[in-house]
Amino acid sequence: MTTQDTRASGGLVLPRYRRDDVETHPSLLSPGYKSTVARAPRHPLIYLPQRLTEVTGPLLGEGRLGALDHDLTRQHDGEPQGQRIIVHGRVRDGDGRPVPRTLVEIWQANAAGRYRDARDTWPAPLDPHFEGVGRALTDDQGRYRFITVQPGAYPWRNHDNAWRPAHIHFSLFGRAFTQRLVTQMYFPGDPLFFQDPIFNSVRDPKARERMIARYDHATTAPEWALAYEFDIVLRGRESTPFEDEDDDE
Amino acid sequence: MSEQLGLMPAQTVGPYLHIGLRWPDGPYVVPEGTPGACWIRGRIVDGTGTPVVDAMVESWQADPDGRFDHPDDPRGARPPALEGFRGFGRSETDGQGWYRLLTVKPGSLPEPDGGTEAPHLTLSVFGRGLLHRLVTRLYFPDEPAANAADPVLCSVDADRRDTLLASPASDGFRFDIHLQGDHETVFFAV
Repeated sequence: MTTQDTRASGGLVLPRYRRDDVETHPSLLSPGYKSTVARAPRHPLIYLPQRLTEVTGPLLGEGRLGALDHDLTRQHDGEPQGQRIIVHGRVRDGDGRPVPRTLVEIWQANAAGRYRDARDTWPAPLDPHFEGVGRALTDDQGRYRFITVQPGAYPWRNHDNAWRPAHIHFSLFGRAFTQRLVTQMYFPGDPLFFQDPIFNSVRDPKARERMIARYDHATTAPEWALAYEFDIVLRGRESTPFEDEDDDE
Repeated sequence: MSEQLGLMPAQTVGPYLHIGLRWPDGPYVVPEGTPGACWIRGRIVDGTGTPVVDAMVESWQADPDGRFDHPDDPRGARPPALEGFRGFGRSETDGQGWYRLLTVKPGSLPEPDGGTEAPHLTLSVFGRGLLHRLVTRLYFPDEPAANAADPVLCSVDADRRDTLLASPASDGFRFDIHLQGDHETVFFAV
């Protein structure tokens, strides 16, 4: 059947997203990270052709944002403890196209390495002026920007003397259900990478490097904040059957 | 084919995901009081049968007419006829591993090749110990004919298909998610 026939029969022409390379994401079962052992599915994932539900997705806009959601240092009356940092970057798809007006959510530990959560019992100080939660929308060029503080490392009992490298959690929707991604931003030169099974669950060293932000001196604010650039690439689209053809016949 | 940029790998949401991802209105795909609204509730359990208390479920679905308010729906983006319908839901699990979503049943969807997809929700599961989200689908028990013709259900081994089927509950439906074990839920690669 030709593509013309597909169209003539009233079929839908859907955008399609490239499948992620098998080396891009971590193995669900990564025994070094103990919690995966009882939680990773044992059956192989079943291939799901992308249909309407997968190529669409929630387009969540300004309504989800408060005025200071992008600035984690100004959400309370007082300033949080720690080194101020600007974290910014671009969200693009695998073809380099910006992903505009998409919601970016972040959460993190405070400067002492403690999360504002009753279940976090690591005896480092809580900061009364730091929630550790941020939200922003990308602009028309896919750019986002947060102001926060450098998170601390913390121990987590996964293995002997286990410490999580400092990180900020990132959640992104992209444009379609297929592009949904949750990841973590790490900091350059962190001495804790070698022993962290979550960071190292990504087997491809180049893919691991993509999770490490770049120190960005040009964006620092003099006498106020350091800066890091963290670009995020979500999966790209396949060209549609019609894109490369003369469609006027 | 043009050069592809390197994709960002996924990482776990960790145990404190609700710090950043909790929305007060998260479970409400439709507002309370919406005609035809039903609760979907379910428990997430791991391979040892232990409830997963630090997970989150996100749902995405068509409106009751089988449409998406999205520019990539080739029939055209169309605001839902149903007031307050968001299509998207998000629920963290509680201390017993339960999630909950208030929604309405979606319509059937046309297939690119002319067939029909049965009404369904697509779900993402995030949690500590899940290095990448798990994707599954929820189908409705009161749609036997549509389910029997659904191309995705038909692509799943017959003896595992029931893991994708919700069961009736007093105020809606129940859909448990088994990450592992004898009744491991079918998860998809999208």
